[in-house]
Amino acid sequence: MKSLEFRKEREGSWMELESLIARVEAGSLTTLSAAELSRLPVLYRATLSSLSVARAISLDVNVVEYLESLAARAYVCVYGAKRPALEAARRFLAERFPSTVRRLRRHLALAAALLLLGTLTGLGLTTTDPNHYYALVDEDYAQGRTPASTTEELRQVLYDDKHPVDLLGAFAMYLFTHNAKVGMMCAAFGFAAGVPVMLLLFSNGLILGAFAALYQERGLGLDFWAWILPHGVTELLAVLLCGAAGLAVGESLLFPGRHTRLANLGRRGREAGVVVLGAVLMLLLAGLVEGIFRQTVHNVPMRLSVAALSALFWAVYFTTVGRPETT
Amino acid sequence: MAAPRGRVREVVTPEGVPLRWTLADAGERAGAFLIDLLILMGTSIALLIATVILAGVTGGIGIAIGLVAFFILRTFYFTFFESRWKGATPGKRAVRLRVVDAHGGPLTAEAVFARNLMREVEFFVPLVALLAPASLGDSLPGWARLVSLGWLLVFALLPLFNRDRLRPGDLVGGTLVVRAPRALLLEDLSGARTSPRAAAAPQYRFTREQLDIYGIYELQVLEELLRSQGPVRWESLRAVSDKVQAKLRWQPPVSDRDAERFLHDFYTAQRRRLEQKMMLGHRQERKRATRRP
Repeated sequence: MKSLEFRKEREGSWMELESLIARVEAGSLTTLSAAELSRLPVLYRATLSSLSVARAISLDVNVVEYLESLAARAYVCVYGAKRPALEAARRFLAERFPSTVRRLRRHLALAAALLLLGTLTGLGLTTTDPNHYYALVDEDYAQGRTPASTTEELRQVLYDDKHPVDLLGAFAMYLFTHNAKVGMMCAAFGFAAGVPVMLLLFSNGLILGAFAALYQERGLGLDFWAWILPHGVTELLAVLLCGAAGLAVGESLLFPGRHTRLANLGRRGREAGVVVLGAVLMLLLAGLVEGIFRQTVHNVPMRLSVAALSALFWAVYFTTVGRPETT
Repeated sequence: MAAPRGRVREVVTPEGVPLRWTLADAGERAGAFLIDLLILMGTSIALLIATVILAGVTGGIGIAIGLVAFFILRTFYFTFFESRWKGATPGKRAVRLRVVDAHGGPLTAEAVFARNLMREVEFFVPLVALLAPASLGDSLPGWARLVSLGWLLVFALLPLFNRDRLRPGDLVGGTLVVRAPRALLLEDLSGARTSPRAAAAPQYRFTREQLDIYGIYELQVLEELLRSQGPVRWESLRAVSDKVQAKLRWQPPVSDRDAERFLHDFYTAQRRRLEQKMMLGHRQERKRATRRP
């Protein structure tokens, strides 16, 4: 019988592959010797071809099922292989992250526009009538910083040094984890057609604008920006990136273009994953600046120059790093 | 195989060969998630105790380390295991599930991160909404809270409403959750290899007309029966042997003692015949309609 001869002929390589896979599944690829490692893809392809043949000529269910499962297990081993962690991190920072951000630049621009619009609205509303401040900023969030506060109280917040030095690290990490959670949530809500993302961006802009107006009115405008921008440049950019990722996911659902919604979502979703992961790293930096630098350095020109430097750094990073070499 | 058959989804590998994966059902996935959740909770409690002790000794640094550890645990638990353990978290491994790329490519770290990013919105937020609706915002009017609760429940229950049991994370990451395959290569039933019974020359011979009655489906049911184990095996063999004899108009009747031998020989002859026809381009899937005399 043909199918029996076929099985006898190929069985050896199936068994060899199975024993290799069993070892990879129990430990990792590193348990294989160099020779065995080079055999793995060869045996995998041989088994795939066996599977195709078996489907065509064999009526033995067991053989076909066995080959299916063997091929699937081998597939996971061959295509589940991982790069070493350091190499993966380098590739992420030097290529994937900046180039993906560039691909989402339209969404980034939209996110920035929404945030800016919110900020200007908040600024305008609160400047015309300080009472709007109460409508825009939550009481918890304001923590006593309201139009009713004295200028001295407001100044106090900007040059706060009541945190004991040994808690600064903890404060920084608290800020980081909190912001990262909000950022990831923002991107994930893009799945709801991007609407919550837009709302989040706009309402955060409102709060920022209301604060700015409050401080502006007391003649503390420059102090306020010097207080918020050193970390704010990085933090707001990270929030915008999360927002852009969310908008891209939402767009893929609303306007799928040439692809199906499902394929589009998968593609965009991965890009969003890359961007959000990078944004989380940026928020870590922002948290450190906010929690440690801001609490210890109170010099306005110093604060502003850090803000300018970080803005320059991100501008250069996102426009130049990881571009394919043009030759 | 003993495992219940589930929905099957074909994924074409980069080599162009379709592999069939059996999709994990909702129960299995909930089970795997529950195990992971328990591990997460256990680790969180251990971490909390460790942080309290550490903070007592070192002060602020201890708290900072604890906060970051919590964050990493919650955010990267699933991502870490799914990208390190070839698509399986400890919970998935226990229930024998795996995450694979829905389009047959390699499972990338970013797909894994994207699919687990959604977990926050899918699970943790609805949970909070159900247990502590106040935390969604005091200023929200009642109807808005109700709407957002319904909205979030749609996210959480989405896997129950689509064919491939995809949760939003799977959609965003382009992944599938499947049963980890495990099949054993058994002896070929027709093979003259180790079993002394099968080694002997066929005792029963069949005519071409007799072999043209049954199709592939019946052959494979017979294979399953011959491979089966258990208390009712003998009875089933006798019953099937009687049926087959009636169909083939087999004379003289085979004694009950020889039922297995008869079916064995019939299986071998039938498979040879059907495979031959298949190679000539004719797949006979089912038995022929019976022509009554």
